[in-house]
Amino acid sequence: MSVAAARPRASWAEPVRLFATRTAALGVVEVQKLRSDNTELITRMVQPVLWLLVFGQIFSRIRAIPTGDLSYLDYLTPGILAQSALFVAIFFGIHIIWERDAGILTKVMVTPTPRAAIVTAKAFAAGLRGLAPVVVLVPVALLLGVGITLNPLKWIAAAAALMLSAGFFSCLSMAIAGVAQTRDRLMGIGQLMTMPLFFASNALYPIEIMPTWLQVLSRINPLTYLVNALRGLLVDAPADLWTDFGVLVGAALLGIVASAALLGRLVR
Amino acid sequence: MSAPAVECAGLVHRFGDTVAVDHLDLRIEAGEVFGLLGPNGAGKTTTIRVLNTLLPPQEGTVRVFGLDVRRRATDVRRHLGYVPQQLSIEAALTGRQNVMWFARLFDVPRAERATRIDEALEAMDLLAVADRRAGTYSGGMIRRLELAQALVNRPALLVLDEPTVGLDPIARASVWERVRQMRAEYGMTVLLTTHYMDEADELCDTVALMHRGRLQAVDSPAALRAEIGPDATLEDVFRRHAGAGLDDDQAGEGVRDVRRSRTTARKLG
Repeated sequence: MSVAAARPRASWAEPVRLFATRTAALGVVEVQKLRSDNTELITRMVQPVLWLLVFGQIFSRIRAIPTGDLSYLDYLTPGILAQSALFVAIFFGIHIIWERDAGILTKVMVTPTPRAAIVTAKAFAAGLRGLAPVVVLVPVALLLGVGITLNPLKWIAAAAALMLSAGFFSCLSMAIAGVAQTRDRLMGIGQLMTMPLFFASNALYPIEIMPTWLQVLSRINPLTYLVNALRGLLVDAPADLWTDFGVLVGAALLGIVASAALLGRLVR
Repeated sequence: MSAPAVECAGLVHRFGDTVAVDHLDLRIEAGEVFGLLGPNGAGKTTTIRVLNTLLPPQEGTVRVFGLDVRRRATDVRRHLGYVPQQLSIEAALTGRQNVMWFARLFDVPRAERATRIDEALEAMDLLAVADRRAGTYSGGMIRRLELAQALVNRPALLVLDEPTVGLDPIARASVWERVRQMRAEYGMTVLLTTHYMDEADELCDTVALMHRGRLQAVDSPAALRAEIGPDATLEDVFRRHAGAGLDDDQAGEGVRDVRRSRTTARKLG
């Protein structure tokens, strides 16, 4: 078989084309996997509804959390959507470790596929899973009287915010997978990170009532910016959407770069 | 004269204090079936990982069809087909979707894609079951599906890491028949590792024996056997070069290799 050993070096556009086409190819596979077995999507819908029905209704009655002009359920619903995206994505590194153990990751990495495309497709898959709770949570929220918007443009923007943040948290998880190497270790680290990320955000309560040290953590936590964006878009709370989206896009890009850089460690 | 398929010069790779590959010089000619043999932990997997660009060479140079694996990794990958030891298909996807996935990753032109996928599935005798979920395939069918994935871009170099581990003799024969067929049709180079000496003897034009990261012998199976005696088998050659103290060497990478082999064999049932 003849081989073009003297193939000229690729132009600057070639890496961009490789990244785009490979991300699309791997993204299609992720969608095919979800269509083939959607059990995970369905089970992911249950927990957020429980948060809204149980936690939300109880804390509404206590009236202990100051939420300004919003009812507590209005305040909480975007927080629960954000929490769902976090919980789906933060253990996503387990998928990549499983694929390493199954030989799939190795096989994909031996194709002309940029590592950034591999993690971006996984981030996309995490984003899709992060959107799943919306399907059930919104009707339940409407039934409970939450003043949630039905404006499709706002929902498209909210979906983008959810996908960006799920993408970031899944990349964070994959980056940790590159260091932790095993599922057991990643599970432990994931458990260790989930609750601090969740509680050091404004998902359940406003930043202003937190102790100062927690306020500092909350302001560097991307989950806070997701919650802000969702509240601004879905329940008309005051929000600085440019800042929120800027942080989410920046975090997602940083996550992709970091997890792509550490991906190679998994197959050594 | 065309470049050799693989050329390693002074390749060294260490994991901490352990030298996995120790000044390896290796040349694989284009078009040959080359068997890399050795006990677990001999450095075969590390060597393969360097030449398929998963590990950067720490010392020495490695070229695949004249392309430096360190500087031209993406170009090297365009020429590779790789079947790892594990069963590496997506069970939730159909056979056709599994092959389509790799056709896209290898830039098989859109206009040719459907034909090439059908050809690869046909060559592996999987066309009739192409639209069934791969999770319902038998062990031998899964291996053939992996070969279809690896062959859909018509690679110049097909790398097979213990491709028949855990397969029954009929499935093994079936896998090798297809590899021979594809090699005859496309003239590709095949690099394989195996623990089955009979398989190496029958299939390989050249075999290399590795032990403790070093190359102990390289020649045709017949020539290596002849060095020992008229009735010698490749297993005798293996024992001569790697036999002493084998049990003591099964550490580090060896444990991982054994665990992976056992897992694959268990899945194949």
